[in-house]
Amino acid sequence: MEILAILLQASEAAGLAGIGAGLAAVAAGIGIGRIGGSALEAMARQPEESANLRANMIVAAALVEGAAFFAIVVCLMVVL
Amino acid sequence: MKSALNNFLTLGLLTAFLAATPGKSFSTASEGDTFNAGEMIMHHVADAHEIHLVGDLAIYLPVILWTDNGLKVFSSSEFYHNPVKEEFGGEEILYFDQGEFIMHHEKIYYAAPQDDIAGMEEHPQRKISDMEQNHLTNATPIDLSITKSIFGMFLVIILLVIMFSAAARKYKRNPGKAPSGLQNALEPFILFIRDEVARPSIGRKADRYVPFLLTTFFFVWMSNMLGLIPFLGGFNITGTIAVTAVLSVFVLIITAFSGNKHYWGHIFNPPGVVWPVKLILVPIEIVQVLLKPFVLMVRLTANITAGHIIILAFVSLVLIFGQTSATTAYGVGVGAVAFMVFMFFLELLVAFLQAYVFVLLAALYFGDATHEAHHPA
Repeated sequence: MEILAILLQASEAAGLAGIGAGLAAVAAGIGIGRIGGSALEAMARQPEESANLRANMIVAAALVEGAAFFAIVVCLMVVL
Repeated sequence: MKSALNNFLTLGLLTAFLAATPGKSFSTASEGDTFNAGEMIMHHVADAHEIHLVGDLAIYLPVILWTDNGLKVFSSSEFYHNPVKEEFGGEEILYFDQGEFIMHHEKIYYAAPQDDIAGMEEHPQRKISDMEQNHLTNATPIDLSITKSIFGMFLVIILLVIMFSAAARKYKRNPGKAPSGLQNALEPFILFIRDEVARPSIGRKADRYVPFLLTTFFFVWMSNMLGLIPFLGGFNITGTIAVTAVLSVFVLIITAFSGNKHYWGHIFNPPGVVWPVKLILVPIEIVQVLLKPFVLMVRLTANITAGHIIILAFVSLVLIFGQTSATTAYGVGVGAVAFMVFMFFLELLVAFLQAYVFVLLAALYFGDATHEAHHPA
């Protein structure tokens, strides 16, 4: 309980922005990890479709990363 | 013909380098200051009025200002040769004084009139009115200068015009023959955009949009790549929010003007839903019209800027450790350079990928707008 109080006291906007950026990284990791996982599974089922799957995986990863970058940019704007 | 082009390019490059005037260039730290990594990174990622090459060597770009007294044009060396370090509100700030104008963090302001200077008694020489949240409150002229990003865009434009006019001439001269040379290198990309991106996404009317998609694709790709050349002054063209904003405004305008009845009908009256859901869906759809290009813009800017920031962070790592001793800097430098090289390769991939994603999404939006209705009655 005291730890929480200390954390709340000590955190200013910059600290919370750091936590926000970290959360964005976690979210990007989870999202792209899932995309990569299903892509690899599909490639294991149908190796002849590998090229097609790889292209779509990269596109989907770029889109998910876009969302993560949004959060990063907002956190950066808070800090600066 | 080919050797003439080669000669022209060599001469052009030589002239560009000779135009670089040696002189004191902007540096955030003087001899005694500690190294501020955040400031160095932000300075290198942001736009500037000079192209800082190495040490004291810089290309000073023209400053063009629309003031109340008309157009003023001068070299930015008049700024960068006159740094002013002052104490303001407890902190030390640095700005550049040209006489009539001052520049603080690459923003140009009028020098404060005599009656509007903050702390006038102690600092009669000062040119600042006031500062709020790191922005001066002086009046500003309209800044139309050629900045580093604008100069970079001109370089990309010249490169694209040379590349594609050479390829086009080759096609005209040898109709029906197999492509070769530059033509051969460009053809897979052009066909890729037309056959794998435009035609599947847009359908019948794809060929009307292919010129825009091709131009955007190569412009974004080449701008991204220009920013990855080390020691060239650190261009960050697509990392400038204004550049990507204009590109996404183009996408927005084209989508809006290509929208047919079904497109706007789907936005204001989505078919196949009951009216309570429509109440929620229509505002979302209306916001989406503006939000999709906005996201396009932020995605591109953030990706490219983040890549540059990561590379600069590895550089700062070496410099931070170098403040303790030179040997630690060398040691850290080995690992840092290895990671930096890896990041550069990743950025090469990102440069192409972000251009492709931008154009793919633009094509999908155009496709949405021109999509013919095919709902069952």
